[in-house]
Amino acid sequence: MSFFARFAQNRGALIGLIILMTIILMAILAPFLYPDSPWRMVQRPFLSPMEVDGFLLGTDTMGRDVAAGIMHGAWVSLLIGLVSTTVALAIGVPLGAIAGYYGGLIDDGLMRFTEFFQTIPNFALAIVLVAIMQPSVTSIVLAIAIVSWPPVARLVRAEFMSLRHREYVEAARLVGQTNRTIILRQILPNTLSPIIVLASLMVATAILLESALSFLGLGDPNVMSWGYMIGAARTVIRQAWWLSFFPGFAILLTVLALNLVGEGLDDALNPKLSRERS
Amino acid sequence: MSEPVLSIRGLTIALPKGADRPYAVEDISYDVERGEIMCVVGESGSGKSMAANALMGLLPKGVRPTAGEVIFDGQDLLTLTEKQHRKLRGLHIGMIFQEPMTALNPLMRVGAQISEVFEAHGKYNGKERQAHALALLEEVGIPQPDKAIRAYPFQLSGGQRQRVMIAMALALEPKLLIADEPTTALDVTTQAQILELIRDLQKRRGMSVMFITHDFGVVAEVASRVCVMRYGQIVELGPAKEVLENPQHEYTRALIEAIPSNIIPEARGGERPAPLLEVKGLNKIFRSKGGLFKAAREVRALDDVSFTLAPGETVGIVGESGSGKSTLGRCVVRLERPDSGTLSLSGTDFTTLTGEELRRQRWRVQMIFQDPYASLNPRTRVGYAIAQGPMANGVSRDEAMKQAGELLDLVGLGAVAVDRFPHEFSGGQRQRIGIARALALNPELIVADEAVSALDVSIQAQILELLEDLKQKLSLSLLFITHDLRVAAQICDYIIVMQHGRIVEQGTAETVFLSPREAYTRELLEAIPGRAHELESA
Repeated sequence: MSFFARFAQNRGALIGLIILMTIILMAILAPFLYPDSPWRMVQRPFLSPMEVDGFLLGTDTMGRDVAAGIMHGAWVSLLIGLVSTTVALAIGVPLGAIAGYYGGLIDDGLMRFTEFFQTIPNFALAIVLVAIMQPSVTSIVLAIAIVSWPPVARLVRAEFMSLRHREYVEAARLVGQTNRTIILRQILPNTLSPIIVLASLMVATAILLESALSFLGLGDPNVMSWGYMIGAARTVIRQAWWLSFFPGFAILLTVLALNLVGEGLDDALNPKLSRERS
Repeated sequence: MSEPVLSIRGLTIALPKGADRPYAVEDISYDVERGEIMCVVGESGSGKSMAANALMGLLPKGVRPTAGEVIFDGQDLLTLTEKQHRKLRGLHIGMIFQEPMTALNPLMRVGAQISEVFEAHGKYNGKERQAHALALLEEVGIPQPDKAIRAYPFQLSGGQRQRVMIAMALALEPKLLIADEPTTALDVTTQAQILELIRDLQKRRGMSVMFITHDFGVVAEVASRVCVMRYGQIVELGPAKEVLENPQHEYTRALIEAIPSNIIPEARGGERPAPLLEVKGLNKIFRSKGGLFKAAREVRALDDVSFTLAPGETVGIVGESGSGKSTLGRCVVRLERPDSGTLSLSGTDFTTLTGEELRRQRWRVQMIFQDPYASLNPRTRVGYAIAQGPMANGVSRDEAMKQAGELLDLVGLGAVAVDRFPHEFSGGQRQRIGIARALALNPELIVADEAVSALDVSIQAQILELLEDLKQKLSLSLLFITHDLRVAAQICDYIIVMQHGRIVEQGTAETVFLSPREAYTRELLEAIPGRAHELESA
């Protein structure tokens, strides 16, 4: 069975993929459908959804178009989710691989270093980092990456530890391959499936983290993000529910879609496990 | 003859769509008579366990019987409901499995597990159950039954666990005992004891036994009748003596011939030439770190081991599990570092090499691994897997790939195999790939660690033939590690017998097999299943 056929067997994953595609499409189309800046005041404030033609989701406290904010916010959320996950993988994978492959003192050292990050609550660390570095897309991406790499390192380390005593790895050592070749060519390709699954879930967590930071006012002041929209609307939640509802719903959908896709990937990449589960 | 205990008539079991064949077994019929041991023999995938699983109601999901009947005690077992099946299991039909560790609950004392069998069928009260359990343990010959009854499974050896399993299966005095490969996971000497026990119990209780195995040696030991299966069909069925001595079907003949026999290779004349590998006083101790509540443990895996191996020679290292034979092999290829002693390869000291220097010298000793499934990277194409060795030692990619094709041709797979992935090959074919990989570096010595143990007998014979052939062509030097004396007898010039990390006896294959000096060697030789039969027919 092809990879996609196995993936599509999980109906939830397929739905997740469709939602995710829609959100990506939104992000791509945003500059064309709403060429103006989402920060521009375009109408009277507090228009409820569909009250005035052309303002499908209404306007906010300053008269800005909520629909434009959601479309542009999709871009920011996805960008931050993807980039910060990539950076987290770039830190976590090599650290985990080295710790798991060499073991001993190297492992001890690297794992203590990892634990150092794990003992501080994620969100608190992220707030401190963003506050120190000044809120901007770069600092937010960095902060999210720094708080989310330890689980990657732990996962990769565990995989390496179980794989390094496999006979094919021993065979590779016996023919005289260098440690670098063994790590990159023999073991790493066999750890890819759990890494991919974890990464898809990390994108979701990163989006949530970014929203939470923006909600607290630690978002990049130059970009419209879903978290910022909710944060700005929290004081008027009783008068204008739509201001927090739509961005909140967008976050929910995106995170749900990513989780569904992650689960589908897990099933498709580990056909044995999924068969037992069903 | 009286009515058979179990009668299988025209049984057909369908496999789910997408399996390699439509039926697991097709239209098979055989009887198990009162008081006989019926052996069902076949290689892996022959469907030999299917009938037994069907009558116990233990078929995996998606696999179901489509035709035929299984008559036991006047009723067709295939029509029973799950509840009726449960009643039948244990009470009238007992079953023992291959792996006694996984079949027992690790967190329950042995006595409680046996009592549970009585409890499940509502027999006896608490005290009587314990008493019966003790009596059963005595009957299956566990040493110190009063202590064993309070033991946990992990405190018992493999053989003892299998005895507990047998005690559980016999608890309710079933008429029929089904034994599915009960000795496959055991050492030869333990296997001999368990076979003896099953034969003995069968006689004493007058039970019928359905014995499923892949090993014709075992058949020769226990069977009164034999049913040979292949691809889900019965190939031959008849009294054990007739089938073994005068097999009618070609496949049966091939299977019997494939068993490595006790025919000892001709001893080579003359002195042994100067050694290629010289091992002197090798020691290796494994230590597990102690914790707060457990003492540190030390296992002497190798204890002052010395031997030599001459160029072009095949030295066999024989021993049961835990004898240190694999550790010795791993030390020779330097996957493990010996604690003390020296290991020199045509003059170079191999023991002290480390790091980059060791990596550069590694090509000189290569290894063929036991498990053909675990020893190939599932994501690497076969040709590249073989080429990696030479490439790591500075051969260009094109050159190495070309050579890989030639090697695959040499081991009988054809150069077209280069672009395929390991999962497209069967176990025997994968083992050929493993051999090609070991040959790729043109090593001075090849260590084969249980290289044929995971394979079916007919495949085993082919791989041994290939090794023999390669030995002639390339004048290979082999260190052949095995637990199977029959295999060792076939391929080795020189034999080393190991026990508890020490060398018990060493000598030419001829002397070790025909006139062993040590008691342990004799014990091992006597435990080979089917030996009596072979000596008779020889």
